[in-house]
Amino acid sequence: MALLQIAEPGQSTDPHRHRLAVGIDLGTTNSLVATVRHSIPVVLADEEGRLLLPSIVQFNANGTTVVGYPAQKQQTIDARNTVVSVKRLMGRGMDDVEHIENMPYDFIDAPGMVQLRTAAGIRSPVEVSAEILKVLRARAEQSLGGDLVGAVITVPAYFDDAQRQATKDAARLAGLNVLRLLSEPTAAAVAYGLDHGAQGVYAVYDLGGGTFDISILRLTKGVFEVLATGGDSALGGDDFDHRVFCWLVERSRLLPLSAQDARLVMVKARDAKERLSVEPEVQVNAVLSTGELVDQTLTSPEFRQMTQALVQKTLAACRDALSDADLSNSQIDGIVMVGGATRMPHVRQAVGAFFGQTPLTNIDPDTVVALGAAIQANLLAGNRAAGDDWLLLDVIPLSLGLETMGGLVEKIIERNSTIPVARAQEFTTFKDGQTAIALHVVQGERELVSDCRSLVRFELRGLPPMVAGAAKVRVSFQVDADGLLDVTALEVNSGVQASVVVKPSYGLADEDITRMLQDSFGAVDADIRARLLRDQQVDAQRLLEATKAALATDADLLSPDEQSNVNELVAALSAQADGDDAAAIKRSVDALALATDEFAARRMDRSIRSALAGRRVDDLAAVVGGSD
Amino acid sequence: MLALPDHFKLFDLPRRFEINSLALDTAYRTVQSQVHPDRFVTGTAAESRVAMQWATRANEAYRTLKSPLKRAAYLCELAGTPIEAESNTAMPVDFLTQQMQWREALDDARDSGDGATLLRLSETMEAERARITGEIAHALDVDAAYQSAAARVRQLMFVERFGNEVSSAIETIRGHASA
Repeated sequence: MALLQIAEPGQSTDPHRHRLAVGIDLGTTNSLVATVRHSIPVVLADEEGRLLLPSIVQFNANGTTVVGYPAQKQQTIDARNTVVSVKRLMGRGMDDVEHIENMPYDFIDAPGMVQLRTAAGIRSPVEVSAEILKVLRARAEQSLGGDLVGAVITVPAYFDDAQRQATKDAARLAGLNVLRLLSEPTAAAVAYGLDHGAQGVYAVYDLGGGTFDISILRLTKGVFEVLATGGDSALGGDDFDHRVFCWLVERSRLLPLSAQDARLVMVKARDAKERLSVEPEVQVNAVLSTGELVDQTLTSPEFRQMTQALVQKTLAACRDALSDADLSNSQIDGIVMVGGATRMPHVRQAVGAFFGQTPLTNIDPDTVVALGAAIQANLLAGNRAAGDDWLLLDVIPLSLGLETMGGLVEKIIERNSTIPVARAQEFTTFKDGQTAIALHVVQGERELVSDCRSLVRFELRGLPPMVAGAAKVRVSFQVDADGLLDVTALEVNSGVQASVVVKPSYGLADEDITRMLQDSFGAVDADIRARLLRDQQVDAQRLLEATKAALATDADLLSPDEQSNVNELVAALSAQADGDDAAAIKRSVDALALATDEFAARRMDRSIRSALAGRRVDDLAAVVGGSD
Repeated sequence: MLALPDHFKLFDLPRRFEINSLALDTAYRTVQSQVHPDRFVTGTAAESRVAMQWATRANEAYRTLKSPLKRAAYLCELAGTPIEAESNTAMPVDFLTQQMQWREALDDARDSGDGATLLRLSETMEAERARITGEIAHALDVDAAYQSAAARVRQLMFVERFGNEVSSAIETIRGHASA
């Protein structure tokens, strides 16, 4: 029996109201949407019963957009306007994308992230991804019969800040409320771990279409703790296709290929790779638009040999992750295989040989990530049932640092730090009278700035002139639970401050997203204002409910003065909450939120004390050998 | 503002160097299960802000207390004797002499690819680490001698850093051998 009755955070105040939430696996090759129905995670199918949505988007001159299977049919006919594997372009500049010369698109070298010139106009990878997400959102809303509270979107564990931010922007552009960005291997571990009641240390080997992740997790009673993660955000099944593609071009002595023919040969290469998972050798035949013929036989050993270097690259990442987790491969209790590319027998064999045990392949590598995301979304949305309680502790995959003199990187937050995480470091000026400091935030493991990814540059201006070395500039990094970074710089003596939420330099500002949303919905001004007002009213109601619930249990944490202040603000907000002045509601919401900040902190402290006290009682019970 | 508890108070553990590692793990998970932002996704703005702060603190506290070196440094700091590793480089002469000998041995072994010497150095560092950690435990928990503990923390910092150099030299030799 608990001495203090504290409202369980995260639990719905109305236990009968099920909030609609989904998990989305936004994959390089295929995407899926899943939800939890009657406590069971399920992938939602389209009208024809298909679970997968090919991540392919075709843009037409008449402005229409085709997504999925119909677009897939067009990919060899209209290659230039039909975008496949867009995930490889997310948050990436022209120079970052491997094999870009083999992609049949009309690229524009935009700062921060490439763009594509299509028949329907210029599109960024964020917009292309948003088209895929819109289809999944519509599928979910139709299937579940209502508006979604939000979605958990999965990203490769090894995605950097720019790639994560781009993914989040795409989701918002698709009108989705992002509950959390979740690492794909972590999602797989959740689905596998909860389903099998797994305990111990697990490795998740996730080889997708365009990305590779390795994550090492410890599963202990209700807690999934990522110990280390590693990988390559530009290595996946596509690269195996590409090796076959090059082999076909060379063997068939093909002339330089048109966009159409390049796509055709690529499709044939992929098909050959997939068939080799079940057949010892395959025939590859094609007739190109030039009349040239492709007629080759590819055997399993040949395929294995031409892709061996790729497999070795994944094993090197496994070795690094184990070393970061301070574990040897014999300490791993199981290896979960995720991603369609793990169907290749030689990948399974190599992983088995590396870890000295047979990998677990009794799960569907295509759906497990989406199912894990759905389970997490269900929990975050507040549909938690009593006893059905667990927690995820994830890490940041790549170190974050600042450029210092001589193009070197000073690491502020080390890779594999558990998030959320904050760390600060002090810097100083190097010239007399210097009144500004330029800060360059980078992500990566290398010592030279030029070998790391540039995230953002900003300046701290208005410093009072001081002699060199006298200024004390404290730079603080805060990474949130989505793995996204926020940087603040403060000159300690003068109090001059500057801060940025790190936005990759392609810079989709909030206003851009709002504008794009408006464009896409073709909404008129009045609709938007009505929606804004409704959002404010919902916000106000939520805050009022939460505050009243908090007061009911923990009012004793406030002094009489503080209590009457909160009561006044509650009354003020109650009076306005149903009114039609959105601005006034917002002002009252902000005022009450500010006044309850400290209250929230005290309640947090009390809940910790109570939980720790409960734990001691449990320990005691365990020692005595009794239970309830 | 609510006065923030120190790392030991946060986890309701006694403020000592010797720590029950299992109790620390359990306390960390218990605290995170209360404060993690995942618990407040549908909560108010104040709740999610406070949740991020506290979850960040819990991670920092766990990281500090989990590592013997960081834990010792933190205890010294709490007692008003910060380590000041950058400004205070004073070390006993015999330890400095020892350092120079180790460094020469490492350089020679690295240049000549002498794996056996590297492994011996690595074992020496393990033993040194254990010895100094024992002294730190005594200085902190028995004698409450923080100056002396801080001096040994600085020695331990050297040993850990040097141990890492030895490990990476061993890795390099192994890499060459397998390539």
